[in-house]
Amino acid sequence: MISRAITLFLFLACIGFSARAELRIEVTKGVDNAVRVAVVPMAWRGPGTLPEDVADIVGADLTLSGRFETLPVKQMLSLPNEPDEVFPRDWRLLKVEYLVIGYLEPGKDKAYRLHFALYNVFKQEVEETQVIEGDSDELRDMAHYVSDEVFHKLTGIEGSFSTRIMYVTATGPVDNRRYQLNIADADGHRVETVLRSTEPVLSATWAPDGNRIAYVSFERDGRPGIYMRNLETGEVQQLTRFEGLNGAPAFSPDGKQLALVLSKDGSPDIYVLNLETRRLRRITRHYGIDTEPSWTPDGKHIVFTSNRGGQPQIYMISLADLSIERLTFEGDYNAKASMLRDGSGLVMVHRRDGIFHIAMLDLKRGRLTVLTETALDESPSIAPNGSMLIYATLVGDEGILAAVSIDGGVKFNLPSSEGDVREPAWSPKKRKIFVPISK
Amino acid sequence: MGILKIRGALLVFLATLVMAGCTSTKTEDESADTMQPMTEQPETVQPAEPAPAPEPVKPSVSTRDTLLFPINDVDTEELPGIFYFDFDQAIVKRSGHAELNKHAKALADDPSLRVRLEGHADERGTREYNLALGERRANAVKAYLMSQGALASQIEVISYGEEKPAVDGHNEAAWAKNRRVQIVYKK
Repeated sequence: MISRAITLFLFLACIGFSARAELRIEVTKGVDNAVRVAVVPMAWRGPGTLPEDVADIVGADLTLSGRFETLPVKQMLSLPNEPDEVFPRDWRLLKVEYLVIGYLEPGKDKAYRLHFALYNVFKQEVEETQVIEGDSDELRDMAHYVSDEVFHKLTGIEGSFSTRIMYVTATGPVDNRRYQLNIADADGHRVETVLRSTEPVLSATWAPDGNRIAYVSFERDGRPGIYMRNLETGEVQQLTRFEGLNGAPAFSPDGKQLALVLSKDGSPDIYVLNLETRRLRRITRHYGIDTEPSWTPDGKHIVFTSNRGGQPQIYMISLADLSIERLTFEGDYNAKASMLRDGSGLVMVHRRDGIFHIAMLDLKRGRLTVLTETALDESPSIAPNGSMLIYATLVGDEGILAAVSIDGGVKFNLPSSEGDVREPAWSPKKRKIFVPISK
Repeated sequence: MGILKIRGALLVFLATLVMAGCTSTKTEDESADTMQPMTEQPETVQPAEPAPAPEPVKPSVSTRDTLLFPINDVDTEELPGIFYFDFDQAIVKRSGHAELNKHAKALADDPSLRVRLEGHADERGTREYNLALGERRANAVKAYLMSQGALASQIEVISYGEEKPAVDGHNEAAWAKNRRVQIVYKK
C-alpha cells in the first residue's frame, strides 16, 4: 500500500495569506529583572514610505519574549539612527541599558538594505553592528532577524523570532465542524492556511529541514491517513492508508525516516517508515496502546507513550536491539513526551490531581517539574532554541496556544479570534536566513 | 395501500433489530421476509406497493449512513445505538449488553447487514492516545457483537479519538457524553 503512495500534486492553490485570525500574544509572566531596551524608530532613506515598521516589530518581539522591557517611543528624548548620533545621557536618565538603532535604504541587490546596531548605554559602546539586504516582501523577516541577533547577543540564547508555528484550528458546531492546518510566524502574523477540511486534521509535525510537514487527515473517505507535504512545491503524498489507525507521524533527526502508529496488526504499535525505500519496520509489539513516538536527538531511540503498565506512561525503545526502558513513574497519566535537544530531559503531558499540565522530567536527577498552571494542557512543542515550549490549553471555553520557558520564568498566551486553536508545532528552521554584508 | 407505504418507510428507519425485538408487528402477516428490506435496497419494499414505494423511502437510506433507532429504552437519556465508557477505559458496560445483544442478533440474522463502529474519547489527555483509546472502545464493542454471533466481516471499526465530540463543553457531563461508541448501519 505504501509503495503505491498516491501523489496528488496539489499546488499551492489553497495557500494564501489572510488578514483574519492572526494570533495575538499576551505576556502573562515575564522575568523579574527584565533588561530595559529602547528600539528607536528606524529612518527610511528612500522614496515613499515603508509598508512595515521594522523597529515596531523588533520592539514587539523583544517585549513578547518576556525578558525585556522596551521603552515606549513617546518617552524617547532623541531618535538616533546611527551610533554617533547617540547621547548616552538621554538614555541613562531613562534607565535604558541597551539601544537598538538603525535605518533602511534602497538595497544594491535587493529592495531594502537595513543597517542596525546594538548600543550599550553604560559602556557607551557599540556591541554589534550589521548590514543586511532583503526583498520587498521580507521586511518582517529582516525585523525578526534583528530581534534574533539582539536576543542572542544579550541572553546568549538563540532567538526564535524568525521561526514559525504550525497549528490546527477547529470552528463551527459539533455537527458541522471545519478544520484548518495553519502556519504563522512566531509572533502570530502572516497566517497561511495549508489545508482546509470538513474532516479531522491532527498531529502535524515538521521535518528537520523545515520544508516538509507530515500530518494525519481524515479527508479521504472519512478514514485516517498520514500525508506528507512539501511546503515549497505544494506536493502532497499520502504515505499510509492501512486499516485501523494511521497516526502520530514523527520525522527522524536526519529527515529520512518517519516513525508512526499503525493498528493494522491488531493493536496500536510503533512503526518506522523509511521515506526513501518505503520499507516499513515494526518497532513495538504489545497488545496495549503504543503511540506518540518521538525520536531522541541522536536518532537511536524512540520515546513513546504506552499503557502496557495499566496507565499511559513514557517508555523508550532502542532501535538497535528493541530493548525497552520505562522513563516515567510519577503520576497516573504521562503522555506525548519529547526529549530536549541536549538529552537532559523530557517534556510531556502530565496529570496531577486530575488536571492535565505540561511537565518536564529531569532525566539526570529524576525530578519532575510541572511547568504550567492552566488546565487541559496538551501538545507541548519545543522551540528550536530549546528554551521555550509552546502548548495548547483551555482559557474560558476556548482552546488557545500558550508558551512557557523551560525554566518556567516566562509565560505568554497566543489567543486567536476564531475557534479552537490546538496542536502547535514549532518549526525547526527559520523562515528566512540573512547573511550580513561585510562593509 | 397508504398504510403499507408508510410502514415500509418506517421499517427502514427502524432497521432490523427493532423488528427482531418487536413482537406486535409479527402478529400481522410480516415475518422473516420483511427482515430483508432493511438490509440493502429500498426497492425491497416493493411487495407493498410496486411503483411509488421506493420514492419516499429513499431519502432515509440514501444519506450515506443511517443511525439505528431502537424503539424501547425511552426512559434513558442515552441515544440508542450509542454506548458509553469510563475515562481511559475500553470495557463495554454491563448496562449496554441487552441493547448490544439486539444489534448482534440483527447482524447474525442478516449476514448482509454492515455496521460501522465509531469510537470516540473525551477531550482529556492527548489526541493520539485518545485515537488509540477510541479504537480500543470500538474493538471492544466489535468483540462483544462477535461473541453474540455477528461476523467480523460485517463490522468496520474507525476511531475519531477526541476529534468529533457529540457535545461541546469542558465538564464531566460533556465528557461522559463524548466517551462513546456509535453504531452506524451502512447502506
